[in-house]
Amino acid sequence: MSKKVVANFKVEYWQILDANGNVIVGARHAMPLPMPRLSPDQIKELYELMLLTRTFDEKAFHLQRQGRIGTYLPVRGQEASQVGTAYALDKNDWVLPSGRDIGVCITRKLPLHMILQYRGGDERGVRVPEGLNIFPFTIPSSTHIPHCTGVAWASKLQRQKAVTMGYFGDGATSRGDFHEGLNFAGVYKVPVVFVCENNGYAISLPRAKQTAAETIAQRAFAYGFEGIQVDGNDVFAVYSAAKYAVEKARKGKGPTLIECVTYRMADHSTADDASRYRSQKEVAKWAKRDPIDRLGKYMRKNKLLSDKSKKALMEKIKEKVDKAVEEYEKIAPPQPEDLFKYTYAQMPEKLQEQMKELLGE
Amino acid sequence: MPILNMVETINLALKQEMKKDKKMIVLGEDVGRNGGVFRTTDGLQKLFGEERVVDTPLSEIGIVGSAIGMAVNGLHPVAEIQFSGFLYSPFDQIISHAGRMRTRSKGRFSCPLVIRCPYGGGIRGLELHCESPEAILSHTPGIKVVVPSRPYDAKGLLISAIRDPDPVIFFEPMRIYRAIKEEVPEKEYTIPLGKASIVKEGTDLTVISWGAMMRYTQEALAKTDYKAEIIDLRTISPLDTETIVNSVKKTGRCLIVHEAAKTCGLAAEIIAQINERALLHLEAPVERVTGFDVPYPLYKLEGHYLPDEKRILRAVERVMKF
Ligand SMILES: Cc1ncc(C[n+]2csc(CCOP(=O)(O)OP(=O)(O)O)c2C)c(N)n1
Repeated sequence: MSKKVVANFKVEYWQILDANGNVIVGARHAMPLPMPRLSPDQIKELYELMLLTRTFDEKAFHLQRQGRIGTYLPVRGQEASQVGTAYALDKNDWVLPSGRDIGVCITRKLPLHMILQYRGGDERGVRVPEGLNIFPFTIPSSTHIPHCTGVAWASKLQRQKAVTMGYFGDGATSRGDFHEGLNFAGVYKVPVVFVCENNGYAISLPRAKQTAAETIAQRAFAYGFEGIQVDGNDVFAVYSAAKYAVEKARKGKGPTLIECVTYRMADHSTADDASRYRSQKEVAKWAKRDPIDRLGKYMRKNKLLSDKSKKALMEKIKEKVDKAVEEYEKIAPPQPEDLFKYTYAQMPEKLQEQMKELLGE
Repeated sequence: MPILNMVETINLALKQEMKKDKKMIVLGEDVGRNGGVFRTTDGLQKLFGEERVVDTPLSEIGIVGSAIGMAVNGLHPVAEIQFSGFLYSPFDQIISHAGRMRTRSKGRFSCPLVIRCPYGGGIRGLELHCESPEAILSHTPGIKVVVPSRPYDAKGLLISAIRDPDPVIFFEPMRIYRAIKEEVPEKEYTIPLGKASIVKEGTDLTVISWGAMMRYTQEALAKTDYKAEIIDLRTISPLDTETIVNSVKKTGRCLIVHEAAKTCGLAAEIIAQINERALLHLEAPVERVTGFDVPYPLYKLEGHYLPDEKRILRAVERVMKF
């Protein structure tokens, strides 16, 4: 009689900056994690994208309160996770966002006014411009995870170099779609990077009640590929993990699951009241780990940011966001015919009749 | 008598049944600590504890599938699916298992569970938050489908659903969750499943609807001089064919209004029933005003999708002037 260990895995946690923006000097037994290769201009760009995301986010929240857009899911707190991962992609790579991934879409250059248009109840806002490989935001949690696998698989079969990056929350990992999508990705070794934004909650359910597993990253190992946990409020760590995973995928070495440990600073949505299920104390603790402040502190220490440059940047960003609002509000409402036009490539007779009924013809 | 909206009467029904029925369990996403995203389960976890009012992981198949197991093994689960578009993934559990457990086990096992689900549009909702899948579920053998149109009925129907020996899908029209208030007895009462209600008697034409559309249909009809007999189906499956047929025999004319898409919508089945049982009483073809055969749109177009007064009144004229 005997027994032996037949599988082994370890889950790494990646962090580069501490909460004060200092580069962490590895503890004695820690493995070294180098600073990602980013030029000063790239660091500034990351900062700008995160700040733009936050400014847009705040504006969108106010627009919802004034009834100028519909239900909105705030990003606040997750800017590094979203921007840092999407920044690691090349132009032709694919992105499949969830409803909260505004920062991802901003980084991938989806025009801001289109995001408002979509949130303003106008589907034309997710008619993503040609040349941008971004799926429409997926509303049912996790259902797009198998699509990520399929998109990447198609790239592989067509000998294209594109990598696919799919985004979802910790809640989404409890659904069957997560399991099935990741399992296929492992079996067919497709060039995909799964990004789980573990923001601590799925509406009111804390992460600890979502799964009994210690980490979400470890679930990748069950599908035969690597899972990495990163400090999701440290944009350098996030970017490093994403860059590593994207390069690996591009070289044909298969999928990676990145778990960004972050925190949803705002309510789940404009229809939610988080004070019913979490303490102000907990929120305050995370406020000290704010991803934008953290990068800002690093940049000041390294002479990449000053009061003056910050002020100029804020003005530029504010102008961009205001212009997007203006552009959004100039768009004429969709026509009733739009209801029918996109159901099939060719409108069947019954829809033509229904359209006439609506138009009172 | 207290004046309550539908969210409050549903909450009251759940509370009263849980107190009485120690085997009853409430489970779903955000139903416990948060009291449900619409607050229909507000306060239940405080009263009955975390074992009986369960905040589940984000997993509709987990919720419905485990509710089926619980139901077979002696409990009375009342599951909540947060929005009707998220019912699609547990369809497999509902169709392949909940609806067939009694048949598959030749009566040895049954599946007394309720799936509550906010439903319908008109709320400026996100994509897939405004679906009306009642016809797909009515097509499914072995399950019952209920849609209340007012707070009073919601309470009586929900209590009946919980006490029913078979699986029941209980759709709650979000658009009227808080929009209608009425006097509702504090004490418990039931309204039988499978029985429509004649909300107004009339002789000129029969108008059939359910859920949120009841309100808008009644408001439209109030603007005509016709004496419409208005029927609120309340239970979609099994259908109360007797009430429908008797009314159509009397009026000879019929209009059906529903929010779901037209093709294979419930109106089609109602028309078939009328054809089978009352064809020779008809003075005009039966008309239907429904949603269109397209995905439910985002909110800038939902006013065009939803049956409205104009379309209802035009259809009334077609039926009456035929
Ligand atoms: C399949 C499905 N069930 C329920 C919902 C309703 N809902 C919207 S967001 C959400 C929580 C999602 O949590 P998570 O995946 O952690 O993402 P987060 O919202 O935290 O970004 C729920 C339950 C949904 N969108 N999809």
